[in-house]
Amino acid sequence: MNEPTTPVFALDGATVRYPGAPRPQLDGVSLAVRAGECVAIVGPNGAGKTTALRALLGMVPLEAGQALVQGRPVASWRRDELAREIGAVAQREEPAFPITVREAVSMGRYPHLGPWRAPGAADHAAVERAMERTDVGELAGRWVQTLSGGEWQRVRLARALAQTPRGLALDEPTASLDLRHEMELFELVLALVRQDGLATVLVSHHLNAAARFADRLILMAQGRIVADGVPARVLVPATLSSVFGWPVEVQRLPDGAPQLFPQRQPLPGVRS
Amino acid sequence: MIRRAPVYLLLLAVVPVAAVALGLLVGGSNLGAGDAWRALTGGGDQTTRAIVWSLRAPRVALGFLVGGALAVTGAALQALVRNPIADPYLLGLSGGASLGAVIAIAAGLGSVWATSAAAFAGALLTIVVVYRLALMAGQLLDSRVLLLAGVVVGAFAGALTSGILAVSDSVQVRSAMLWLLGGLGGLGWSGVAALAAYSAPALIVIAREARAMNLLALGEEPAQYLGTDVAATRRRLYVAASLLTAAAVAAAGIIGFVGLAVPHLIRMVRGQDHRGLLPAAFVLGGAFLVVCDAGARTLFAPLELPVGVLTALVGVPVFALLLRRTAARQTP
Repeated sequence: MNEPTTPVFALDGATVRYPGAPRPQLDGVSLAVRAGECVAIVGPNGAGKTTALRALLGMVPLEAGQALVQGRPVASWRRDELAREIGAVAQREEPAFPITVREAVSMGRYPHLGPWRAPGAADHAAVERAMERTDVGELAGRWVQTLSGGEWQRVRLARALAQTPRGLALDEPTASLDLRHEMELFELVLALVRQDGLATVLVSHHLNAAARFADRLILMAQGRIVADGVPARVLVPATLSSVFGWPVEVQRLPDGAPQLFPQRQPLPGVRS
Repeated sequence: MIRRAPVYLLLLAVVPVAAVALGLLVGGSNLGAGDAWRALTGGGDQTTRAIVWSLRAPRVALGFLVGGALAVTGAALQALVRNPIADPYLLGLSGGASLGAVIAIAAGLGSVWATSAAAFAGALLTIVVVYRLALMAGQLLDSRVLLLAGVVVGAFAGALTSGILAVSDSVQVRSAMLWLLGGLGGLGWSGVAALAAYSAPALIVIAREARAMNLLALGEEPAQYLGTDVAATRRRLYVAASLLTAAAVAAAGIIGFVGLAVPHLIRMVRGQDHRGLLPAAFVLGGAFLVVCDAGARTLFAPLELPVGVLTALVGVPVFALLLRRTAARQTP
């Protein structure tokens, strides 16, 4: 068992520099995500959000600092070992050959099966349960190429759940979804976090949605963490205005969630 | 799918047996099934025994192994390149392997063991060059550019091969030319032994990666997140694919399209799970080449067609079909 205080995901002074880049993509970033916590990494384009997530998952080499999963350097995990603990959904994924929804979700069991073992009763049960919870059971026989964006995201989330992980890492899970499907996906993720105590870290462009669902926001700019805390502490007009380079104001919803609104401001030198 | 599974499994058992039987019976002198069986089991007259044991059986065994190796290689390359239009021939591996083998022949190292090793070196070098070339077109690897690079490097290797043949000894040239045309006749049991020895480890490596190949088809990042060390898996698969291609080319010359047509037909009928696809590709690829070879021996008897002519006659329409499907998928 882990100590209750050991974070599932952690970066400790992590620095990432792509070859030839003038400044590091990730610059001494430290963060931690614990079991039962839903944390959203937000910030403008190029802030290093996805790089931070990829660093957590051992997908980019670190120039300095450490990336830890359950307290152990992520680079020291074998990939199948890591996949039994962490379910991750990448931003983009295009299967090269047609596969069905059930086949796709079943791949979540691969890290538990190794190269040779056939799936047993426990594996089938995990797949069924994951499909049930994400409400993709009715899609089981469909080709994944025929799914809508929202359905495909739910299928990929089901596959991550079939891994029976302790942590979830989601890169822009609602990027191409409309309002209803975005809300559905966030509600689903949060329910999973609450029910299973999954440590969840996600990258999102949508600050307002993130502010309503995440326990904590991590605001990044230029490879650094600008603010890390409960949404009301992070969504501060002065900070946001300087990070996004545009004046914003913050208001509260009746449930207390802060929401940001960009202000109108005519561009200098543009005549109306 | 489930309902049709017994029929499919029955086909997987019956088709290869029928192909082998056909391969043993037809040829310069057609044998009756009874005569062939007596000869196989050590009875019958001496001439029939000689035909069956020294000519037909090794030829059928060689054809089966070459066809199986090429089909499995094609399936593996398709998963690696994430494109159903990939096979050892189009990716330049066959061309590189034959260049290596011809260099060995020109240097006087004519044994199939030596030509196989040289072909392996040629194929490995080819895959490196093809990758480097494809990466010049951009940071992200585009599978279509990769295939184009494969065709170009294959053509280049072919030109070098012709050049070497043009300036080599006439005796060596003759043997190399015959072998290059693609044929299963010349080598006998020693060829079968070399091919089996070179292919077995490669086949085991590829079989072990069947699930990883399912994941590679999703993309590099998802594959990694689902437990595959993508870089290491790719390396193992490319080395295994090069070894299989090299062994097949050293044994039988360049035979195209087996690796394209056979896996594609299985993908259409039985889906994409490589754990079922790879064994089926081996069995049906083997049967396909044995049947093509039987055709090559008999269609214009006593003249013999290069077996690659027949595989191309089947393979090119399949290639056209694949191109049309790819185009259909990319048009919104």
